Amino acid sequence: MTDQPNQHPGINISHARPEDGRHTEVTVFGFWTFLMSDAIIFALLFATYATMVNRTAGGPTAAELFDITNAFIETIVLLASSFTFGMGAVALKEGRVGGVRLWLVVSLVLGLVFIGLELREFAGLAARGATAQASGFLSSFYVLLSTHGLHVLFGCLWIVVMLAQISVFGLNRQVRSRILRLGLFWHFLDLVWIVIFTVVYLPAVAT
Amino acid sequence: MSGAWEGELGGHKVRQPVAEARHERRRYVWGLGFALVLTCAAFGLVVFKILSGPALLAAIGALALLQIVVQFRFFLHIDLSRSKREDLQLILFTGLLILIMVGGSLWILTSLDQRMIG
Amino acid sequence: MNTSMLLGKLSLDALPFYSPIAAAGAAVIVFGGLGVIALITWLRAWPYLWREWFTSTDHKKIGMMYVGLALVMLMRGFVDALMMRAQQAMAMNAEGYLTPDHFQQIFSSHGTIMIFFMAMPFLFGLMNYVVPLQLGARDVAFPLMNAISFWLTAAGAALVMVSLVIGVFSTGGWSGYPPYTELSYSPTVGVDYWIMALLVSGVGTTLGAINLVVTIYKMRAPGMKLMQMPLFCWTALCASLLAVFALPGLTVAAGLLGLDRYLGMHFFTNDGGGNVMNYANLFWIFGHPEVYILILPAFGIFSSVIPTFSQKKLFGYNVLVYATMCIAVLSFTVWLHHFFTMGADANVNAFFGIMTMVIAVPTGVKVYDWILTMFRGRLRFDTPMLWSIAFIVTFVIGGMTGVILAIPPLDYVFHNTLFLIAHFHNMLIPGVLFGLFAGYAYWFPKATGFPLDEAWGRRAFIFWVVGFYLAFMPLYALGFTGAPRRMAYYDQPEWQIYFVIAAIGALSVLAGIICQVIQLVVSIRNRDRTTSFAGDPWGGQTLEWATSSPPPEYNFAVLPRVNSLDAFEEAKESGQPYVWPEKYDPIEVPRNSMTGVLLGGTSFVLGFAAVWHIWWLAALSLLGVIGIVIARSFATDTTRFISADEVKAHESRWRTAVLAQGKASS
Repeated sequence: MTDQPNQHPGINISHARPEDGRHTEVTVFGFWTFLMSDAIIFALLFATYATMVNRTAGGPTAAELFDITNAFIETIVLLASSFTFGMGAVALKEGRVGGVRLWLVVSLVLGLVFIGLELREFAGLAARGATAQASGFLSSFYVLLSTHGLHVLFGCLWIVVMLAQISVFGLNRQVRSRILRLGLFWHFLDLVWIVIFTVVYLPAVAT
Repeated sequence: MSGAWEGELGGHKVRQPVAEARHERRRYVWGLGFALVLTCAAFGLVVFKILSGPALLAAIGALALLQIVVQFRFFLHIDLSRSKREDLQLILFTGLLILIMVGGSLWILTSLDQRMIG
Repeated sequence: MNTSMLLGKLSLDALPFYSPIAAAGAAVIVFGGLGVIALITWLRAWPYLWREWFTSTDHKKIGMMYVGLALVMLMRGFVDALMMRAQQAMAMNAEGYLTPDHFQQIFSSHGTIMIFFMAMPFLFGLMNYVVPLQLGARDVAFPLMNAISFWLTAAGAALVMVSLVIGVFSTGGWSGYPPYTELSYSPTVGVDYWIMALLVSGVGTTLGAINLVVTIYKMRAPGMKLMQMPLFCWTALCASLLAVFALPGLTVAAGLLGLDRYLGMHFFTNDGGGNVMNYANLFWIFGHPEVYILILPAFGIFSSVIPTFSQKKLFGYNVLVYATMCIAVLSFTVWLHHFFTMGADANVNAFFGIMTMVIAVPTGVKVYDWILTMFRGRLRFDTPMLWSIAFIVTFVIGGMTGVILAIPPLDYVFHNTLFLIAHFHNMLIPGVLFGLFAGYAYWFPKATGFPLDEAWGRRAFIFWVVGFYLAFMPLYALGFTGAPRRMAYYDQPEWQIYFVIAAIGALSVLAGIICQVIQLVVSIRNRDRTTSFAGDPWGGQTLEWATSSPPPEYNFAVLPRVNSLDAFEEAKESGQPYVWPEKYDPIEVPRNSMTGVLLGGTSFVLGFAAVWHIWWLAALSLLGVIGIVIARSFATDTTRFISADEVKAHESRWRTAVLAQGKASS
């Protein structure tokens, strides 16, 4: 490690006055607190899924339903978008508006691809009769996955809003601070996904 | 872009931005690399049936935990430095609570299941 | 029930003509509401209210609005209590005056309102008002988000109130256990009202809690270390952290129940692989920390009041801080004691039983600290202190019964009896409500400039304490004889006398509440004589007393520099309690914003539309919520400056008042 402090992704303090750093510190801490609250929601949904995975009510089981290839592609897409967002954060740090725009758009597209893949998976499951109403197991599966998916969708909307704000305001203090928090949110969703493929998909295929 | 800037933030000397941006980019690339390896390892263990039963579950669980730490470190920039101490405390406290809540829930509901459904 | 595209399930049948009593209740709400609106219109107060209150982002005004909301909801919740006591006093081998269904609605709304829309807003109001002042800060970390939190809480409360007029409320109790609350057993909209009210206000509470956490971590006065914060700030911090981490449990439990009801899923149903036990598990993962969310800030209030009125410093500050932290963490390890009887094995029950007894230890430590604070102090028995002493005595009784309930085999006997009801009212009324009343009386002169009338305060205190003992001690006895909770009627003649005594207790509490209303009116009427701008009526030790009463919008013209506990007390001892520099700087404060009101209003419509399945309206208001947030994010001119002259004018007026008071007393 170097002797530099590791700033949060995208903090651009190169043009900053000291009180900007302070403002960012406060909002980022607040956002972390929110993320941790959100993490508990996911944790409880995971616990619910884990206790309901065998409650299939005579319907299809996890082993019969899940497609590991699709899950792997989704994983890679989401990981890639997490990385491209990181590149956007670096561009932000360097103050390159074009770079920020480009990487945000790439992350947005990858996010939308992820949602598309997930919807395609849901449609395929539903076509085989595996709907959320079919059993307690499937209810918990759909709700866990769509809670994550809705978060991704929300993140995509947020990216669009930030692209608009870059156009209107440029990379001013507030926009930088918001992109930085959006970055935390976006990386956080990838963290949740790690647990999803580990708890939902891999054990199902392993048995 | 303005030139390199030096100053103090949170008691740390800060140098900006060219060298640090390059350093940052390298971190993201390393993070991506680690994450890819860990992901492929987890999927590989399952697909190629290298392990099975509880050993497999333990292995993919450990890989997931490791990947979470990696992503925290490389993408979310959480580490042991002083300036992140409050964030880190918050995250560790959350981790403790998740452990209590999820562990407790599984314990309670498994016990109920064994006794009620048999 | 028919559903239409335009109005969903809503039709004229939703009006409460199913019972004359429900219709009368609805009429009171409707005419009361119309009366208030008419009065405001007649006084032409709308512009004033809009400008000074509804759109305010000042933490002090938001805090006062929270307390106002809580006091209104206290009335509503208490009327429910009175009706239950009356019903049970009458219903020996008789039907009483309430149908069983109506009785169920009443105990459900009583619990829901008292916890979520009385105690929570009251606490958040006091924390909002006092914490930034005690920290020596100008506002909370996110002033606009603070307003949004309040208006979302108000929207949730409004949903509960509307259920009285349009449709019905839940009959499932405040905890809403399935499968009873599933669609197959509760097909009416009552449970949906309950779910929506909790989800909407839950978002508000979470945001409010995040705001307080960040404020306490990041906005303290220059120099103030965490261990130099007043104890109330510590308890506010721990309670807010608990709220941040516990409320997801409620969101998940209520949300999944809603998915079962709206989309036919199988989380908690009897069939389809549902697991009703998981609801109890999730609900109490939230529910038990919730108890401490309520009680910790009240502990903080007592820790502010007792030293002030003992004219001593708080005994064992460090121990109290560590005890608070212990309680906060342990409160996440005891939730199963709410369902010992659900059939987990002995190891599970034993673990949670032991943890429950363990959590009593730090609480006991606190009681000793308060007693030792009073020991050899020069006690003054103003009303805040009276509430505190009544709390200590009464709370210990409740704590003892709690330890009884913590023993799983005994819990099997007492579970679902009135013993439990007596126990938790014995914790929450002295612990939380007396604390809130103490805080209300203690900080009222800070917020308004004039004190509450002491004589009426004492009368209210006596009626409340006597009423509490009369109302709840008989319930312990009833619990011992096996009387179950939530009974609309019964056939055991020997029970009736206890229920009658309890009803008399409720009437005594009613007298206490009437005294409090009179107290408020009398205090306002006498304010010309009693107002003091100087700001330190009690001889306070913490920084909120180092401002004028009421404090200016910016709280502190010069941020205080703090390097010890009880900063104001130290400053007084050093002979330099106030700082009035020659020259002032302009101060940046947030502008007013209607975002909070708009979001609250839109969320209310969203909740209402979802309750009645009016999907177009629900979609529209959801888009509205998102649109408002996005539109607000484009606003740039969000702060304004208070000029140095204005600051100087206020500060010199305050200085004159302080010096005048100093002369009068010396």
